[in-house]
Amino acid sequence: MKRLNGIKLKHRKNTENSATVDFPIPGKVRIPMSMHMGVPCQPLVKVGDTVAVGQKIGDCDAPFSVPVHSGVSGKVTAISDYQTAMGAVCKAVEIETDGLQTVSDEVHPPVVTDKESFIKAVRESGSCGLGGAGFPTHIKLNPKNEVDTLVINGAECEPYITADYRELTEDTESVMGGIEMVMKYLGIKVAKLAIEENKPEAIARYTELTAKIDGIDVITLPSVYPQGAEKVIIYNSSGRIVEEGTLPADTGVIVINVSTIAFLYRYVKTGMPLVTRRLTIDGNAVGEPKNVRAVIGTSFREILEFCKTETDKVIKLIGGGPMMGMSIPDMDMPVVKTSNAVLAFKTYDDRKTTACIRCGRCVNVCPLGLMPTEIDRAYKIKDIEDLKKLKVMLCMNCGSCTYVCPANRKLAETNQLAKMLIPRK
Amino acid sequence: MENRKLVVSPSPHDENYLKTSHIMLNVILALMPAFIAGCVIFGLRALALAAVCIVSCVAFEFLSRKLMKRENTIGDLSAVVTGLILAMNLPVTLPFWMAVIGSFTAIVIVKQLFGGLGQNFANPAITARIVLMVSFPSAMTNWVKPFWYKTADAVSSATPLIYIGTDEAGQPSLMDLFLGNTGGCLGETCALALLIGGLYLAARKMISLAAPLSFIGSLFVLCLIAGCDPVAQILAGGVFLGAFFMATDYATTPISKKGKIVFGLGCGIITFVIRRFGSYPEGVSFSILLMNVLTPYIEQLTRTKVFGAKEAAKE
Repeated sequence: MKRLNGIKLKHRKNTENSATVDFPIPGKVRIPMSMHMGVPCQPLVKVGDTVAVGQKIGDCDAPFSVPVHSGVSGKVTAISDYQTAMGAVCKAVEIETDGLQTVSDEVHPPVVTDKESFIKAVRESGSCGLGGAGFPTHIKLNPKNEVDTLVINGAECEPYITADYRELTEDTESVMGGIEMVMKYLGIKVAKLAIEENKPEAIARYTELTAKIDGIDVITLPSVYPQGAEKVIIYNSSGRIVEEGTLPADTGVIVINVSTIAFLYRYVKTGMPLVTRRLTIDGNAVGEPKNVRAVIGTSFREILEFCKTETDKVIKLIGGGPMMGMSIPDMDMPVVKTSNAVLAFKTYDDRKTTACIRCGRCVNVCPLGLMPTEIDRAYKIKDIEDLKKLKVMLCMNCGSCTYVCPANRKLAETNQLAKMLIPRK
Repeated sequence: MENRKLVVSPSPHDENYLKTSHIMLNVILALMPAFIAGCVIFGLRALALAAVCIVSCVAFEFLSRKLMKRENTIGDLSAVVTGLILAMNLPVTLPFWMAVIGSFTAIVIVKQLFGGLGQNFANPAITARIVLMVSFPSAMTNWVKPFWYKTADAVSSATPLIYIGTDEAGQPSLMDLFLGNTGGCLGETCALALLIGGLYLAARKMISLAAPLSFIGSLFVLCLIAGCDPVAQILAGGVFLGAFFMATDYATTPISKKGKIVFGLGCGIITFVIRRFGSYPEGVSFSILLMNVLTPYIEQLTRTKVFGAKEAAKE
């Protein structure tokens, strides 16, 4: 089997042995109506309303959307405009907490008997891809075509982040339960738990746990970034190739993040929707790097302060990992469903971009075999035909090309800009 | 609440710290064994010639950028590399003013007029060597014997390539060729030192061995078939210098592995044809220049296959 290219990164998993700490309920939360990929929700509450833990506060009729719940009890103080890190605009519900954490009477375990009721429950749980992409889970688990393999993504190939690893370590019951549950209701016979080789303890533990279970295997992925990318993990765990213009599910494989699947199990058991999230706090401005479980809507600033961060010295804040995470423009932005990490740095190396020396490093590292330097050239002269031939649309923005470029060219960014030039069919 | 401005930039936010100047520094390091061998073999004038080439290359780079009102780029060390490689491609007896003309050709005409680093289509040092060879044929073929051979009256020598395959006396042994104990350009005679430098670059992942191996390999095989001594042919002349340091130049050779192999094969074939049938004894420079010209076409035909991509449907 052909090995896909990639890069060796310093793992910097400083928090891998830090057990998750519960962040105290903050005085105020701000919960955006768009934390998933898809149509933003509309608030179901208005200013002055009292809300309880687990209460649905936002929803939408569109199928490609996920409802939003409150993780606190308290009073709605404002419905404000909010701009996500992606730049999208939606509403956010601001709640002043009462500290009582009264659980809403909406919270009760869902009745799940078959695939249909399971998918319905998944939607009601508010679940979306917790690995960072935020793809609605109920859509992912309900593809049009036949699926025979479930891949559970435990690669966590980004440096620093250990949130998924802590899930694997701290809640084996939910991870295993979630896998068996999804297999059962979706009628999938084969599941592969794919873990990168830099987590030997998790690999050993799950190899043991799955030894007696038919159909579930642990796959050890090489420590080469980006193992967690959907196309890469599908290929490396099943040998199947996601063809251009098709969906990953068309290969008969569903890839689901390990934290997402564990959450689904807990939801079906308890009925508590997605209102908290585990995130890794790290970076050189953070005094005490930690894994924190925080209520969705908590401001990053409070969590950073909780981790002894010199917030006044922070110059760069990243939501997610250093390779694919997004710059956070404002420290007062809230934790969202997809926040798997917040990295705070007090240094920022603004290296100058210089001329391409055609060394070909970007070509050698691209997991998909793209030629970023050629795309860069074609983009500059706006050669749309050549950009199509160079298959720029397939770029998944893993950032490996930019990472290795000795001239510090922003190749991954150029790829995304080049995509915009190609007219959509 | 006062909000300090945070830097917003596109991902990735991490980078490795390899810079263009680091790569150039590695090339300079890799050239050192052969350069030192050249100084030992040909004496201190080698050092002076290299100094002239390097200083003039850097000066021309600085001045031409200044004149074109473009950013100063001497810090990337590429001009130093060009100067050093140029010096290694010149006979040690070459008058300094000719070397300066070589530097001008390399930096101003071949490199900067085409847009600077990475934009030139031909290898600057090779082109400069050819320009000098065509302009000053006798000075460019005034080979000296290694200085410890120096006798009272004769310092001139011929390139070993003239002797190889003949029974004439004066033919160097294979060991002499390997160690560089023979006439030739400043930095091309010591195959051993060039090999060390080339392998160093490959070990540091600065170059791929695809082009050097296919270059030297194809020349070897063709010589074997043609019945001339293949070992002597690959050790003599500029093959090792060309294969490891110029057929691996980033800007002027293909990027993909397939392309690099095609490039090396082309160099080997052209070198063989010139040496065997041409009127010049040496063909390495011409072979590399000709393949430089073909590089954009090779590049077009050897693009990488994209994972999962479908071929464009014929309309």
